Amino acid sequence: MSAPEELTVDVNGFQTRVWRKGSGPVLGFIAGYGGLPRWVPFLDHLAERRTVIVPSLPGFPGGERGHTVLDSHLDWIVAVRTLMEKSGLVGADLAGSSVGASMAAEMAAVWPADVRRLALIAPLGLYDETDPPADPWAQRADDVPGLMCADPEVWKALKAPPEGANSIEWPIEQVRANEAAARIFWPMGNTQLAKRLPRIAAPTLLLWGEHDRVMPRSYAARIGALLGGRHETRVIGGAGHLAELDRPREAADAILSWTS
Amino acid sequence: MKLMWFHLMPYTELPDDFRQRHPSVWVDIHSELFDPKRAHLMYNDFMDELEYAADCGFDAICVNEHHSNGYGLMPSPNLIASSLARRTTNTALCVMGNSLALYNPPTRVAEEFAMIDVISGGRLIAGFPVGTPMDTCYAYGQNPSMLRQRYLEAHDLVMRAWQEKETFAFNGRFNQQRYVNIWPRPIQQPHPPVWVPGGGSVETWRWCAEMEYVYCYLSYYGYKAGRATMDGFWNEMARLGKDRNPYRAGFLQFVGVGESRQHALDLYSEAAEYFYGRCLHVDPKWATPPGYTSEGSQRAGIESQVKQAADSIVRGKSTGERMAATARDMKGIVDNGYVIIGSPDEVAEQLREVAVTLNVGHLMLLLQFGNMNKEVCRFNTKLFADKVKPLLSGLFSEWEDRWWPKPMEDNLRAEIPAFLPKLAAE
Repeated sequence: MSAPEELTVDVNGFQTRVWRKGSGPVLGFIAGYGGLPRWVPFLDHLAERRTVIVPSLPGFPGGERGHTVLDSHLDWIVAVRTLMEKSGLVGADLAGSSVGASMAAEMAAVWPADVRRLALIAPLGLYDETDPPADPWAQRADDVPGLMCADPEVWKALKAPPEGANSIEWPIEQVRANEAAARIFWPMGNTQLAKRLPRIAAPTLLLWGEHDRVMPRSYAARIGALLGGRHETRVIGGAGHLAELDRPREAADAILSWTS
Repeated sequence: MKLMWFHLMPYTELPDDFRQRHPSVWVDIHSELFDPKRAHLMYNDFMDELEYAADCGFDAICVNEHHSNGYGLMPSPNLIASSLARRTTNTALCVMGNSLALYNPPTRVAEEFAMIDVISGGRLIAGFPVGTPMDTCYAYGQNPSMLRQRYLEAHDLVMRAWQEKETFAFNGRFNQQRYVNIWPRPIQQPHPPVWVPGGGSVETWRWCAEMEYVYCYLSYYGYKAGRATMDGFWNEMARLGKDRNPYRAGFLQFVGVGESRQHALDLYSEAAEYFYGRCLHVDPKWATPPGYTSEGSQRAGIESQVKQAADSIVRGKSTGERMAATARDMKGIVDNGYVIIGSPDEVAEQLREVAVTLNVGHLMLLLQFGNMNKEVCRFNTKLFADKVKPLLSGLFSEWEDRWWPKPMEDNLRAEIPAFLPKLAAE
């Protein structure tokens, strides 16, 4: 794994990290719950064949405290759109996971002409009381790794402070990512995304970890039924909610083939 | 000094195996444990106890707000306070308090507190807590990432609603109300005294200093655990150039008075173990909604842990986290200072030390706790009032309590129809 190019763009006065790596047609990726405190193998796999651009969401690692000025869902959608524009992702293929998948879906729904192909890994944003998503903010600390990934060690490795990290600021940054997600989705995870899904015109791949314990797989069918364009669902064997962390090669291959 | 009588209103019949069979006393405590007909008796006992404390001469009686909580049966303390306003005459009514961000619009708090102030003839102390994670974020679904900003804005709205003479428009970030003009207006002018219960965050201390509000540290862990927090508070006051007037502060303390220490142990062990064993049994999954604890407090918490500082159990910790590490047997409860017990002289001596070391002029006393019955509660209350209170009342007489209610003159007060005088009935 080699390091990506790291740029920053201004979003509402916050210097927001944008990673860039690889060559070929642009493919954007928006990270899931907890964000990306470090570069991960999944992104390298994408970068083998594409120019991967990874903007941080406000409040997520790399996103400073940008979430603190976003008070409504409209604020969030406009901030993410700004991020898309400044990262060069308007008109590109777009992928996202979990929180990021929900925002990618919003981009494709509100600006349907500006997303070429869409790949969503277990997006948040819907709530059906007959099969409710898990509450990621009402968990004992020890339960979170196994909730997010099929292999809890994968999550722990993502969140472990690297050598030389500030031992005070690092854990605060990880809590901040959870707070930013809460700011969007508290308390139910229902952002009424279902109302906007029919506007999505981009062909859409729905990816679900076989053992997703956050978003039940039944949401793939709910989302599929509402999508305006062509769509397909694939299950990634052995993966949890953040399938791109548990099974980076399989998740990347699925996205690369869908957007090729 | 002021000695105030505080009631949490705990449900007194949680089963013996509550800890084993139920995950939490708060948020998702099962409804099968609540018997409304038993609770009818509990509420009436509790309100009798509050009225009795007023009759016994405590300076104030105090109530507070909790939601979905097996040890706090007051989702609306204002309902209890309005009843107490009619059944007491001279005692201050401390509502500790209304969690401002939970009221929509927050104007409701300005109105209801004004009602209590008017009905009681100006005896209200207005408490403005942020509220615990369990109450605010989980039971009431408030977004932890916005809770504090909403709280501060709601505070601004309430203070303006109390003080502005003309109808005004409130154009807030979270609250927009085109016509704000509350009726009634509070008796106490410019507004009832404002007290702020909080954890150990520097932000809250600074804000209380800036606004000239009373800061209250309402912990269930007594004076030993409270020492670091109150030291932090006074250090910050000194840094800001504020005087050491002990009436800037309030502190909660459990107390059990007996004829002797052994008598007190015999009387209060069961109730104390019920409280610390069952009532504080909170599932840690409700402890830390992200964003509830400010980044400044998180930073202070991590730093104090690294330094193994005395306040690491408080700094950056939410109520739920603190509850996870609690002693549950009477020896631990007493040794840790959660509950002060002893003969009247022994209790007075310990409380004097608490008041002086923490420099606290408002002591809020929990003389009913856990499943303590009315008879024992009355005994504790009366013995304290008769034998302990006189030994402490003169403390801090050199300081002025600028944060105490200023009721209207006696001769202008309404005549309240007679009710059963409890002392006379005995």
